[in-house]
Amino acid sequence: MLSALLVMAIIAIVLGAVLGYSAIKFRVEGNPLVEKIDAILPQTQCGQCGYPGCRPYAEAIASGEADINLCPPGGEEGIHKLADLLGMEFKTFGGNTVIKPKAVAFIDENICIGCTLCFQACPVDAIAGAAKQMHTIIAYECTGCELCVAPCPVDCISMVPIEEKITTWKRKYPEQTLVLAQ
Amino acid sequence: MALFSPFVSKPDTVSRIMFKVLLALVPGIALYVWYYGPAILVSLTLASLTALGTEALMLKLRNRPIAPFLKDNSALVTGWLLALSIPSLAPWWLIVVGTAFSIAIVKHLYGGLGNNPFSPAMAGFAVLIISFPVQMTQWISPHGLGAVELGFLEQLEYIFLGVLPPNVSLDAITMATPLDTLKTRLHLEEPIKQIFAMPIYGRLAGQGSEMVSLGFVLGGFYLLATRVITWHIPVVFLGTLFAVAGIFHLADPLHYAAPLFHWFSGAALLGAFFILTDPVTSPTTYKGKLIYAAGAGLLTYLIRVFGNFPDGVAFATLLMNLCVPLIVLYTQPRVFGKKGERP
Amino acid sequence: MRTLYQFHGGIHPTGNKTQSTQCPIARMPLPSRLVIPFRQHAGESAKPLVRAGDRVLKGQLIGMPDGFVSSAVHASTSGTIAAIDMQPIAHPSGMPDLCATLIPDGREEWVPHAAVDYLGSDPAELRQYLRLSGVVGLGGAVFPCDLKLRPLRGHPNRSICTLILNGAECEPYITCDDMLMRERAAEIVQGAEMLRFMLEAGEVLIGIEDNKPEAIAAMRQAVTDSGLPFEVIVVPTIYPSGSAKQLIRILTGLEVPSGKLPTDIGVQCFNIATSYSVYRALAHGEPLLSRIVTVTGNVRQAQNLEVLLGTPVQELIALGEALPDTNRYIMGGPMMGMELASTDVPLVKAGNCIIAASDKLFPPAPPALPCIRCTRCAQACPADLQPMDLYWFAQSRDFGKAQAFSLFDCIECGSCSYVCPSHIPLVQYFQFAKSEIRAREQEKKAADHARERHEFREYRFEREKQEKAEKLAAKERAVREAVAASAATSPQPEIQAAIDRAKEQAATVEPKNTDNPTPQQQSEIAGIEAQREHIRELAKSSVEHTKD
Repeated sequence: MLSALLVMAIIAIVLGAVLGYSAIKFRVEGNPLVEKIDAILPQTQCGQCGYPGCRPYAEAIASGEADINLCPPGGEEGIHKLADLLGMEFKTFGGNTVIKPKAVAFIDENICIGCTLCFQACPVDAIAGAAKQMHTIIAYECTGCELCVAPCPVDCISMVPIEEKITTWKRKYPEQTLVLAQ
Repeated sequence: MALFSPFVSKPDTVSRIMFKVLLALVPGIALYVWYYGPAILVSLTLASLTALGTEALMLKLRNRPIAPFLKDNSALVTGWLLALSIPSLAPWWLIVVGTAFSIAIVKHLYGGLGNNPFSPAMAGFAVLIISFPVQMTQWISPHGLGAVELGFLEQLEYIFLGVLPPNVSLDAITMATPLDTLKTRLHLEEPIKQIFAMPIYGRLAGQGSEMVSLGFVLGGFYLLATRVITWHIPVVFLGTLFAVAGIFHLADPLHYAAPLFHWFSGAALLGAFFILTDPVTSPTTYKGKLIYAAGAGLLTYLIRVFGNFPDGVAFATLLMNLCVPLIVLYTQPRVFGKKGERP
Repeated sequence: MRTLYQFHGGIHPTGNKTQSTQCPIARMPLPSRLVIPFRQHAGESAKPLVRAGDRVLKGQLIGMPDGFVSSAVHASTSGTIAAIDMQPIAHPSGMPDLCATLIPDGREEWVPHAAVDYLGSDPAELRQYLRLSGVVGLGGAVFPCDLKLRPLRGHPNRSICTLILNGAECEPYITCDDMLMRERAAEIVQGAEMLRFMLEAGEVLIGIEDNKPEAIAAMRQAVTDSGLPFEVIVVPTIYPSGSAKQLIRILTGLEVPSGKLPTDIGVQCFNIATSYSVYRALAHGEPLLSRIVTVTGNVRQAQNLEVLLGTPVQELIALGEALPDTNRYIMGGPMMGMELASTDVPLVKAGNCIIAASDKLFPPAPPALPCIRCTRCAQACPADLQPMDLYWFAQSRDFGKAQAFSLFDCIECGSCSYVCPSHIPLVQYFQFAKSEIRAREQEKKAADHARERHEFREYRFEREKQEKAEKLAAKERAVREAVAASAATSPQPEIQAAIDRAKEQAATVEPKNTDNPTPQQQSEIAGIEAQREHIRELAKSSVEHTKD
């Protein structure tokens, strides 16, 4: 009886020591979880999640204060990826989230008054121009976050959906005549 | 509907492959009837009907198209293999329960055709031998050995009603299998030579059963010739069984039977060509097939000689089925232009 | 006798080649209209150099290569450009692409062109010349030929040892290479010598499948006549021996490493038809304007035609006289070709074959059943892949696993689908997965780029804030010093002067573009003014609103 207890105690101590040692030895600097979450987020920096950018949202998810279904540009697939990463159940978007097709901002240069408000709002510096000069969106830098639309005092910015071209065309999931595993 | 390349294909179908397997079983079945009477045809019929019925029911429940799957013949293969593995004189409900379990639980609950990790026939067999051990010993005595031989109608009467003709006891028409007898007698410390002198052992491994096994070999060659199966599993399985049995036999011939006995007794040859080669539950890589077959050969021998059950093919198959995903992962072939790093 | 090597797998589909080798290559009459896409090659689309209404001559450059991987496009005959617009083309997406519509004038008037003295030219100049001649790989990949003739990347001192000419033509039904070799072997051999010269290759191997004895004989004769030390090698008929990597393996025993190019192992491979067009370009100064096309299948007389690029496929079909039960058309071979959604598409550089198909010729595959892991696909795969596993990953959209199991080593030859007893469209699953993975990689790249720009912006803000603070501090210091130093004097004369100057300027300057605006401009200005007015009101009301 006593020897059994002793053996158990010794095992517990040894295992405890190993665990303690590895906790120090393999300690991970920083919070890699935030990096991993940030890597999944689409980097539109649109703030639709209620946080001022993708990284703050990633931090909020990592700390558990934000839900994983708040990012419309990431799509349902983004939620799936986040759910997989965090070992959580998949959740659909909240009721009033609208998923829009991918788009880029477009400035109607006839109306633009050159107020610079839009490019102060742009999170990725995708608008070129200067004060009292007409502005232009650099289309390939635009993430489609829509943050420039609201500040424009003359409503000259519209979102133009990106149309599928022959170069960006994706092959579809093969259709089969027989229903296989659903 | 858009059609995709390739626009040509080989006329092979799953249905045809499974039909070839059924066809390959015919010589063995014919010899079975010759040596043990037509009772086996009754259990094959029962198994076929149950298999198709259960398959249709499960497809209906799972909301799948029924016709194309019923025509694929895979349920029949499962039913026939199970019917050939259990005593043909067993009560009718035994094969019905076993087949229904194989199809409903082992096959369909795991996703149906192509998705079951375990061999349905062998899992059904395992359930029967554990749940109904007594009924699973009612093997008919081979032609010329039993005290009494039943006619077809009398066999039918016994299978369906459990009624034997007057003055005939069950012991008079059934007999322990050679593997079973060997195990019991060795336990009683009888010398192996004396045991093998019994008439039930026939020329090689058992009166009747050795010839049925030969029939399965014939079918196996047909499957090899028509490329339904590859050589890897039968050759390595039988090779391993032979080698292990040979080592034990050489070391102690008084207590361990000769390798040929192990080949031709029990379900070894049926397993080598028909059960272990089931594509769904065996590894897909060549190297994997070798490991799988070698493991099954070793386990079969160990279970036969040191285990509680007379034959080991079913449990060896199931145990190796368990290892298949791992075996496949570790035996990925080298991809063209790659050095062979594992994915 | 050279030792030949084997590749794993492969299949033996019925050849069906004799039907179209009965008569010699015929020249297709000038069509009524040519639609010439600006992207007939792998890579970037060519940039149009002509406008609607322009008259062009045969061989005139109408599309300039644009980008690193790109090639030129030419007018296939003389005539008038009717339009430059989006036209339907043969593409699996069914989407249109930019094309020039050319109405031939029937005069076939050439642009001035002349042979190039390639022996006396700089290889870089020759490559540029081939690029401007629009010569691309005619085996199917249509990769710009000049790029395959570049000095080896990472091996500046190593020249290519072996040049392989691919005359295997392993796809059933197609015989355009076969007929070209039978009829124009001498030109092909000359072209091979030009390629060899540019690559500085040591040996030249010409691989031809043993089901083309006439082509083999013709090529052997041409090599003997030319006196060049080339070797015509007969390879066994097995699909897909005509795939570059597989042919290289058969002839040299070398495997092109995964993700690498043949040049990385000192081998380069060209289709024989490419070699022929290199010859035309250098020896005659003719850009790539036509190609040989096999018109076969369910037609009265299958044959090979020399067709101008841009010829509408329906005119080709009309010439081939399809039998009445024909219900669809395939561009390319039966293994890797695609069904044309419409025959109103132009023939392009990649179009080696048009097959008229009926349900009798190509019976539709029975409905697919689940995979039973029979491994016939793995036994047939020429890239040693495990298609049943890849299928599992692709259909469950597990793209990471698919990639880990070497999805991108798949050459989409279709051997797996061919042998599949469950008739699963495996190749389509692999194409879907590849396309999806590529799109994701693009997205990932874009996201990383956006993140970088965002982070830089944050950094810039931080820096500007700091600089501003520093400037402010400096100013404050200066002001304090100034106040302390100077006695109270008159209020800054400089400022007053500046204000005066500004007023003067404002009076003299007048807007320059307000004279005589067109009615349209006026209405536009009025519209904008109205919008501004509206916004001002809105702003006012919102201000008032906040006041309440």
